[in-house]
Amino acid sequence: MNSAKELLIILISSSLVSNVVLSQFLGLCPFLGVSKKVETAAGMGAAIIFVITLASAIAGVIYNFILLPLDVTYLQTIVFILVIAALVQFVEMVLKKFMVGLYEALGVYLPLITTNCAVLGVALTNVQKNYGILTGIVNGFATAVGFSISIIILAGIREKIEYNDVPKPFKGMPIVLITAGLMAIAFCGFSGLL
Amino acid sequence: MNKIGERLYNGLIKENPTFVLMLGMCPTLAVTTSAMNGLGMGLTTMVVLALSNAIISLLRNIIPDRVRIPAFIVIIASFVTLVQMILQAYIPTLYAALGIYIPLIVVNCIILGRAEAYASKNPVIPSLFDGIGMGLGFSFALTCIGAVREIIGAGEVFGFHFMPASYVPVNIFIMAPGAFFVLAALTAVQNYAKIKGEEKGKDMSKVQSGCGHDCASCASGCPSGKPEKAVAKEDKANE
Repeated sequence: MNSAKELLIILISSSLVSNVVLSQFLGLCPFLGVSKKVETAAGMGAAIIFVITLASAIAGVIYNFILLPLDVTYLQTIVFILVIAALVQFVEMVLKKFMVGLYEALGVYLPLITTNCAVLGVALTNVQKNYGILTGIVNGFATAVGFSISIIILAGIREKIEYNDVPKPFKGMPIVLITAGLMAIAFCGFSGLL
Repeated sequence: MNKIGERLYNGLIKENPTFVLMLGMCPTLAVTTSAMNGLGMGLTTMVVLALSNAIISLLRNIIPDRVRIPAFIVIIASFVTLVQMILQAYIPTLYAALGIYIPLIVVNCIILGRAEAYASKNPVIPSLFDGIGMGLGFSFALTCIGAVREIIGAGEVFGFHFMPASYVPVNIFIMAPGAFFVLAALTAVQNYAKIKGEEKGKDMSKVQSGCGHDCASCASGCPSGKPEKAVAKEDKANE
């Protein structure tokens, strides 16, 4: 199950082929809201990578060592959402106390992630696809990398759009959505990879 | 009785969660590949919304203010789990089509938003109908978007062939990019209406301009931003 080849396939398919934002529509809010500048987009991406990797590890441990043995897997949704919310708070406190540099870089974005559907989505996907703990962590990391790639690209394009003459009703959100749609078409091309 | 009608109208038209408030965009884009899926998702959300609104309203004087958000989330998550099990048992095709988006109803900001803005401050019956109204509005919007995407992308709605046989379906519209284009068109229409409305001097502040406008509140579970505005409005309406 955990052969290197399989992990590599998961890495590619979760980050590029079935990109979390552009083909699964998870985490749209930060994708549209925090993508005005490349710098902030990169910060958000880093925070998401950090939290999703950690959350999929913890959700995997809880699922395999608590929910499965007790035969209460139907509680997964409730347990995961509470664990994620607590985890984000905890990470914020730990970073503030021990890693001030990292906290200053990621701090603003952490509260925004609490109810991000991408985090819960990854934890649930790991369970649905019967991934083990290690595979789940790799999947979470790859998904988050995919998110960062797409938000940074979108931010780069938006910085350029600022200088263009867009029809008035299309100013703001609509043109960003069209950009995202075009990016989604481009990402469809990755499906030939596997 | 009047109150109930007013709540239904409010959810369906005046504060339609999708077309006016632009809340809960993730499921809106993801499951509207066909009108049927949109309707299924809308009704599922409606059931969760109505039940959680009713229970939260019942418990509104018991839940301490400081832990209300986690308490709401637990209540909502319980109902989502219930609905998920019922769907799995009785409508397996819909369960398979909606997949991971059923458990993700938990993080749909419409539900937490209504709990915070309405159910935690109003009696049970109006809260229940507020949930039903909002849910109907959401179902209506999802069905419309799904129907548009299905007509363009597959040439049929609810299994009826609509387009002439010579019509070649534009597949991209039922794939992921189509969702972005349809939403872009929708927000553009909304912006246009807003610009026209402002020219006529109407107050259009209620109409949100897309997710970006309201994003911080959306991402942090709606406790700030929009709900307070809505609450203020509802308080005025109650007086």
